[in-house]
Amino acid sequence: MAEPFLIGENMTGGYGTGADILHDCTVSVDKGQIAVIVGPNGAGKSTAMKAVFGMLNLRKGAVRINGEDITGLSPQDRVAKGMAFVPQTSNIFTSMTVEENLEMGAFLRRDDIQATIEQVYELFPILRDKRSQAAGELSGGQRQQVAVGRALMTQPQVLMLDEPTAGVSPIVMDELFDRIIEVARSGVTILMVEQNARQALAIADKGYVLVQGRNGFTGTGQDLLANPDVRKSFLGG
Amino acid sequence: MDFLNAIVAFANFVLVPATSYGAQLALGALGVTLIYGILRFSNFAHGDTMAFGAMVTILVTWWFQSMGINFGVLPTALLALPFGIIATIGLLLFTDRVVYRFYRRQKAAPVIYVIVSLGVMFIMNGVVRFIIGPNDQKFADGVRFIISARDFKTMTGLSEGLAIKASTGITIVTAIIVVAALFWFLNRTRTGKSMRAFSDNEDLALLSGINPERVVMITWIIVAALTTIAGVLYGLDKSFKPFTYFQLLLPIFAAAIVGGLGNPLGAIAGGFVIAFSEVTVTYAFKKVLKYLLPENLEPTGLVQLLSTDYKFAVSFAILIIVLLFRPTGLFKGKTI
Repeated sequence: MAEPFLIGENMTGGYGTGADILHDCTVSVDKGQIAVIVGPNGAGKSTAMKAVFGMLNLRKGAVRINGEDITGLSPQDRVAKGMAFVPQTSNIFTSMTVEENLEMGAFLRRDDIQATIEQVYELFPILRDKRSQAAGELSGGQRQQVAVGRALMTQPQVLMLDEPTAGVSPIVMDELFDRIIEVARSGVTILMVEQNARQALAIADKGYVLVQGRNGFTGTGQDLLANPDVRKSFLGG
Repeated sequence: MDFLNAIVAFANFVLVPATSYGAQLALGALGVTLIYGILRFSNFAHGDTMAFGAMVTILVTWWFQSMGINFGVLPTALLALPFGIIATIGLLLFTDRVVYRFYRRQKAAPVIYVIVSLGVMFIMNGVVRFIIGPNDQKFADGVRFIISARDFKTMTGLSEGLAIKASTGITIVTAIIVVAALFWFLNRTRTGKSMRAFSDNEDLALLSGINPERVVMITWIIVAALTTIAGVLYGLDKSFKPFTYFQLLLPIFAAAIVGGLGNPLGAIAGGFVIAFSEVTVTYAFKKVLKYLLPENLEPTGLVQLLSTDYKFAVSFAILIIVLLFRPTGLFKGKTI
């Protein structure tokens, strides 16, 4: 089998010089697909994603994108390599307008960004109406849309989302998942950490259940949903 | 007629001086607020940076004057101002390189920065006194008044005169131009927006590829321009004395905090709040009241709430009231 588009292989490490949080953890995703990392609290879900994005020190393992080893690159350099990251909190510029948030997302680009802004507005039509409003004044769901929109402004190949549906209502959550599927269909590879495991696995091409920083179960989203062990230990029956 | 006289007297002794002082404080407070927003510390060296910028401008002004160069009706200092700004940019970038950058790399706590800036303040303080001396320096030339009190009296036939000094006019016009340019820069340009983004959410700014060192450098350049302009305007309006600039630190910080630290609009509002309070509280209202009240109610005292010697107490009192009851300032700023 060909190597996946993005892979964090046998990652072992933690924050700074602290104890290891990840142990031999592997996550990967094929081009244009959606991979979801789920797991109980404290399993290292977000940490695994941050490891892929270069935000912690790996003592072992490697991260490769499109076959290129990027293990030694800083997060900023990874943005230039086509990765975009939406943090779980503080993921927008609250004092700036929606449109300025998008412009800042495209800060590294020197070409005309108007077309990309249009694409974001087509994906999230509500943002077009709120374009000159301060992002901090928006509702939780709209803020998440701004955050995802900001990340999309670099026209990334990989979009990484850390619990994009945290703190939004179930209706908004479904809506956000629909949009994420839409983004994936446009060819963007998506790696996502989710608290709402059931819904997230339902849209996932690939799912990872992490347990204490290790790969617990791996499979397609449907497999994991059907797996009795996963259901019993983690999805609640 | 008496009512008009009262208004004119009030304008002459309170409105006009406070507006001009307010504009100078606002320019100073804008610098403080920018540094707080971007570099995240309270820069105690601000007053002495103003003194340094004004000093270089004065030296260049004297040089111009000795060569017979002047700016017609306007003060020669305005011609020398760009040189002062350039020298101050050099000084601030040098300070950042040799002092602040070290602490930035260490990710030092804000309180350490404050103490460091205190040290920088003492050094700048010494440098200025070493070069130009601790005494009063006069460097204003050009026309002194836009309207003198006597002209105003003959023009209007009122017994009170309204004098508008040229320095007041220059201060207000310059302040408007500088503030408009600054807001245009912050709200319309890519670099300005990246500064606001960096101030708003540093981590996300880094994720967006904004270069922190560049943002810091541009901040210092803008601050150098703001401080030098504020320092020169203050010197033209009153006089240049290093110690007065050091003392200006209090009203400037009060202005920035009253308006809301990190908020440029707040800094301007704060500047005027402080200036108007200071001037109103220390003005003797006897003259104004004499026109307004019937003869038998005329005040016998000066009707001055506070002697001018205590003018700094006003800034202090406002500062404490704001910190107690509205720590984020009038506009949405950051809590300190």
